[in-house]
Amino acid sequence: MTSDMPHAATGASDAEAAEGRVYTVSGEDWDEIVAAANEAGDFESGERIVVNMGPQHPSTHGVLRLVLTLEGETVSEVRPAIGYLHTGIEKNMEYRTWTQGVTFCTRADYLMPIFNEAAYCFGVERLLGIEDRIPERAQIIRVLLMELNRISSHLGGIAPMGLELGATTIYTQGARLRERCLDVLELITGLRMNHAFIRPGGVAQDLPPGALEAIRVFDESGRRLLDEMHTLIDANPIFIGRNKGVAYLDLQACMALGVTGPILRATGLPWDLRKSQPYCGYETYDFDVPVRDTCDAYGRYQIRMDEIEESLKIIQQCGDRISARGSLDSDPVMIRDAKIGWPAQLSLGPDGLGPSPQHIAHIMGQSMEALIHHFKLITEGFRVPAGQAYAAIESPRGELAAHVVSDGGTRPYRVHLRDPSFVHLQSVAAMCEGGFMADLIPAIASLDPVMGGCDR
Amino acid sequence: MGLEEKLPSGVLLTSVEKVAGWARARSVWPATFGLACCAIELFQTGGPKHDLARFGMERASNTPRQADLMIVAGRLSQKMAPVTRQIYDQMSDPKWVISMGVCASSGGMFNNYAIVQGVDHIIPVDIYLPGCPPRPEMLLDAILKLHDKIMNMKLGKDRERQITELEEARLNLQPLHLISPGGSEL
Amino acid sequence: MSESEQDPKADPADAEADAEANLPARLGEERLNEPVVRMGMFGVEDTPDTSGFGLLRVYQPPPLDSPRPYGSYFDEIADTLGLSDAIERVVVDRGELTFHVRRERLPEVAAKLRDDPALRFELCSGVSGVHYLDQVGRELHAVYHLLSITHNRRVRLEVSVPDADPHVPSLVGVYPTCNWHERETWDFFGIIFDGHPALTRIQMPDDWKGHPQRKDYPLGGIPVEYRGAKIPPPEERRHYQ
Repeated sequence: MTSDMPHAATGASDAEAAEGRVYTVSGEDWDEIVAAANEAGDFESGERIVVNMGPQHPSTHGVLRLVLTLEGETVSEVRPAIGYLHTGIEKNMEYRTWTQGVTFCTRADYLMPIFNEAAYCFGVERLLGIEDRIPERAQIIRVLLMELNRISSHLGGIAPMGLELGATTIYTQGARLRERCLDVLELITGLRMNHAFIRPGGVAQDLPPGALEAIRVFDESGRRLLDEMHTLIDANPIFIGRNKGVAYLDLQACMALGVTGPILRATGLPWDLRKSQPYCGYETYDFDVPVRDTCDAYGRYQIRMDEIEESLKIIQQCGDRISARGSLDSDPVMIRDAKIGWPAQLSLGPDGLGPSPQHIAHIMGQSMEALIHHFKLITEGFRVPAGQAYAAIESPRGELAAHVVSDGGTRPYRVHLRDPSFVHLQSVAAMCEGGFMADLIPAIASLDPVMGGCDR
Repeated sequence: MGLEEKLPSGVLLTSVEKVAGWARARSVWPATFGLACCAIELFQTGGPKHDLARFGMERASNTPRQADLMIVAGRLSQKMAPVTRQIYDQMSDPKWVISMGVCASSGGMFNNYAIVQGVDHIIPVDIYLPGCPPRPEMLLDAILKLHDKIMNMKLGKDRERQITELEEARLNLQPLHLISPGGSEL
Repeated sequence: MSESEQDPKADPADAEADAEANLPARLGEERLNEPVVRMGMFGVEDTPDTSGFGLLRVYQPPPLDSPRPYGSYFDEIADTLGLSDAIERVVVDRGELTFHVRRERLPEVAAKLRDDPALRFELCSGVSGVHYLDQVGRELHAVYHLLSITHNRRVRLEVSVPDADPHVPSLVGVYPTCNWHERETWDFFGIIFDGHPALTRIQMPDDWKGHPQRKDYPLGGIPVEYRGAKIPPPEERRHYQ
């Protein structure tokens, strides 16, 4: 303790040195220091500290680097630096076929892999001109997967939101519900993440037996766990205190900065591409678009929780539709175009997953044409007529779009993913400058950026 | 490092090795180094279903100074590489590295200009964990193997001997070295 | 199949000549005047191509220029925008409207699209660069996608600049969101946006040389080694083109 340490005779002292004013602090004299600094006019003349936050830091969603200029606790400038996860996904896709491109783009924004695949596949399908020939069962499965991914992505945003504020229970509760979501995704697609399941022309496989039951069970347990999370978080005074009124970004700023998604809906504008420019049959589903007008981090959190509930509704509707259809041979999940649709019908055999015996009998014994199509599609892939397309979808973070350019070949000529995280990180400066440094953390958490999507 | 490094080889050193190995393995603090998709699986491994807290590892150390284990989870880009090396250097001994996922182990599916083809180009790796991304169960398996390695790590003079032996074995390892199930080499 | 679809300048009275012109072998002959973009089928460069596909020639698709009427709301946008001297050509393809704009008039066109009450394209989704190595003189394209929330519409602006003079005026003054997008396009393609407040590298390290997503920049992979065998990196392998 300072009581048994010798004090300097005059308490705080200051002196002019070559680098500027130097303050010597010996303990329990902070007030004198502040008074001396004020007298010397150091704070008015702009004594600023530049702090580097990241790229390795727990409170940034991945490898985001923030260079902060602080005046005491107030942030006067914040400059995000990105690119620490740049993978060259877009360039890599130019060296693979159109179908193989799905496995690359799925790893861009890794919290919502299905949406990356969907945006890319919609772009490719628009170039192929087969948008209205995608089988309806495939469309229902796509919507089902997208909504499941929306839930797991929102939880992947809300759980770290709690963790960064020091509330680890929010993190474990979110991880718990997210785990159930990933279990259902694993049952349907085979993987917990980076599924590469949505392919140009449809989806890779039909729902396995037991999937509808699993969806029903997830629906029930999901609602229950979500209610528990609401009870835990919604009225928590510390959570509210740190998030209400923080990170204000109004409609004009959102328009200027190109911000969409929950952040735009928190300003009061009910803009959702699923309602205004529907794709994949979304116009036939019954769901609402949650909107708040508080423009702050708490509003965005509330919107995300409400969107999870709406997604549960949509998932229930998808499950009902699929069980109404039954599983018939005439209900394909891939386009019935021999020049585009992935030919191999997979089934589980004694030695693992492979082409089904019926399919092999068909191509080897019955149809030469089918064999040739199978061979050409798997080795060469299909050719997409030259042109460009821009397909935009409503991802959990905002407007995710794929700008796909083809030169008529078997490989994409250029694929650009317009990722919402990249656009939203530009708005960090507008949201946080002038506020406290501690408000930076919930601000970025409310934007929910994923650096994989930002840097690609 | 400490007193244990200066003990002479013998029964005392062996007993200290056992205790130190047991203690170090039981409270490994990982440094938060989640980069990409594998970080999400790391995040799920810390969740209630696959529980990292049972190993005492849920307390991730945000400062590398207090961390023992660096789990490089995800693809390492060229821009991030110097930062990785700096974080590794800031960690104090003893430290271990698990390269989680194929991107960290070898560059993975991204064989291009932007990704370092394997984090072992920059830092020494103890356990390579393949997978894209590896399931939480696979990560737990890697952590258990690491615990074995830590428990069997020797100290002081014994450690120098252990390092020499391991190095000899590695240098003489042929790429197609076949070992029959019984243990004898073909 | 009417003649007006095939060749609007043909004399409709000359039915026989048109029938000749509509023969399948004749259609698309103008493609043969375009430059060759690909030769052969497997991307073989170092050894002789013995597949038989070595003499295959693929020509560049000719630049589209859609005639009026464009259909749906596109005509309304084109009429309200006007500025026909700023627009090189208009393409309506796959249900999307693209204006190819002269680069020096780009801020003017964008400002009009943003401010005119009948147009009101408030949101710019971003800038995407494309490098067409074969379009000599117009290699680098900057593509802007605009969204109108008021009218629920989309439009695309495309600007083409040569490699030798890759300057495009910056749209940061019209759409502030283009700030990072233009930095990224500069980083990956080398398109210089004049008037950008801070055109620096954003994704690549600050001292990186070259612009990675150009077609003449290699993918940069290393050979894959496994148990003594070496497989060339993806850009050097043979592939169907």
